[in-house]
Amino acid sequence: MNWGSLDNFLAMGGYAFYVWGSYLVAFGLVSAEIVLLALRKRSALARLRLHGTAEGDR
Amino acid sequence: MLAALRCVIYRDLLLAVRRSSDVLTVLLFFVIVVSLFPLGVGPDPALLRTIAPGVIWVAALLASMLALNRMFASDHADGTLEQMLLGATPLGMTVAAKILAHWVISGLPLVLISPVLALQFDFPREFLWTLTLSLAFGTPVLSLIGAIGAALTLGLRGAGALLSLLVLPLYVPVLIIGAGAADAAVSGLGGQAQLLLLGALLVFAGAFAPWAAAVALRISTE
Amino acid sequence: MNWFKYSSPQTFFPLAGKLAPWFGVLAAITCAAGLYLGFFVAPTDAQQGDAYRIIFIHVPAAWMSMFLYLVMAFWAGLGLAFNTRLSGMMASAVAPTGALFTFLALWTGSLWGKPTWGTWWVWDARLTSELILLFLYFGFMALQAAIDDPRRADKAGAVLALVGVVNIPIIYFSVKWWNTLHQGASVSLTKAPTMAATMLTGMAVMAFGFWFYSIAAALTRARCIMLERERASEWVGDYARRSA
Repeated sequence: MNWGSLDNFLAMGGYAFYVWGSYLVAFGLVSAEIVLLALRKRSALARLRLHGTAEGDR
Repeated sequence: MLAALRCVIYRDLLLAVRRSSDVLTVLLFFVIVVSLFPLGVGPDPALLRTIAPGVIWVAALLASMLALNRMFASDHADGTLEQMLLGATPLGMTVAAKILAHWVISGLPLVLISPVLALQFDFPREFLWTLTLSLAFGTPVLSLIGAIGAALTLGLRGAGALLSLLVLPLYVPVLIIGAGAADAAVSGLGGQAQLLLLGALLVFAGAFAPWAAAVALRISTE
Repeated sequence: MNWFKYSSPQTFFPLAGKLAPWFGVLAAITCAAGLYLGFFVAPTDAQQGDAYRIIFIHVPAAWMSMFLYLVMAFWAGLGLAFNTRLSGMMASAVAPTGALFTFLALWTGSLWGKPTWGTWWVWDARLTSELILLFLYFGFMALQAAIDDPRRADKAGAVLALVGVVNIPIIYFSVKWWNTLHQGASVSLTKAPTMAATMLTGMAVMAFGFWFYSIAAALTRARCIMLERERASEWVGDYARRSA
């Protein structure tokens, strides 16, 4: 599938809004989830170091 | 065992009669919600006739859900639920008895009053019977599925809203088939298929819901 | 081979730590290949022009949303049956990613529906049951969030997930019976796909990419859950000190 030029590719046969609307939201949500996971891990570790491992539930 | 079940049902019905305000609130909620729709949608009879089954069914669904958290909450609070858990009769049967009692309190009145409300929507008289029958089969299923949600959210803060979030998706098949029964009857196909499906849902839920609610109760009161 | 070697959080934690990055890299590579196939190999569709390229994330996301709910119910059932803490953690670890894919399927479905059906939202059988599936995911996560005691949260969530998984076919067929506007399954097991081979392979590659991604995300979230819930055990303390 030869798009010819970058502009054709971006125009996506006139459906740019729908195709890129889907792909950007998909990429955004997935990267948001990755970032949230990293933050969650860091805060879990921070809380561990802060309170030590004395309390907490099993 | 039947004596124990009769005792549970009798006790719940007695409690409901003594505090009949609970029964009335559910019923009044149902009537008010149904009466709100014409105010919102407009008095045009043709339109009201077409939306009547759907409106009555959604209102019945919301009303029965409103009454759900009372099913175990009061017993949980005063400890009778503990006794039921420890009791000789299998918990599933006790829960089934409680669900039946709950349906008689909050489901049956809706079924009995729905024809009157349908007339308010100028619903053709010859199909009233199908609509009422669909509610008669459907509201027990709502109580059965709702019992699982009520048992899961026992004693949680904000249980009311959480209960609706858990239970409404599970109500969708009952709503679709139930409201579809009257629509099919009106459009000449006859609501036979939907009523049979509702019966199937009732049997299916009747077999598994009490047991699932019992498991959920054991988890909630651990 | 001791099957239960990795069934306790303590032994599973390092294993998940090693596996997650690999699955992450694998997911990135597969998705890149899938996107290349989708945009540079697959031809323009006769009727829909290039709008159909949304299929390369819409269908894999819809598949994953269903598959992850089944995986969640599987772990939930295991947790209830064997009373193992790790299974409950795995079920909670899978839920958010499943909800993400369900929302993604809805979003891309409606964006694809606009050029092909003319409206953003159509009450058609698949989109509607996908919407209900999203509510089921939210119900599961809300129930687990509302319960403080993790053990009760796992078990309550497990009951809800199992009740939900029993209801999914009923919901799907009642919705499908209610309204069958959606085109017939273009990729159904019975009849040959009506799509060009390259379109199909692009979609399949993307499906694998999403699958690897879900494993990586679930394993990473499971590790976070273990760090949060196993605060009292000393192996967590060692890990925290080591990774300071």
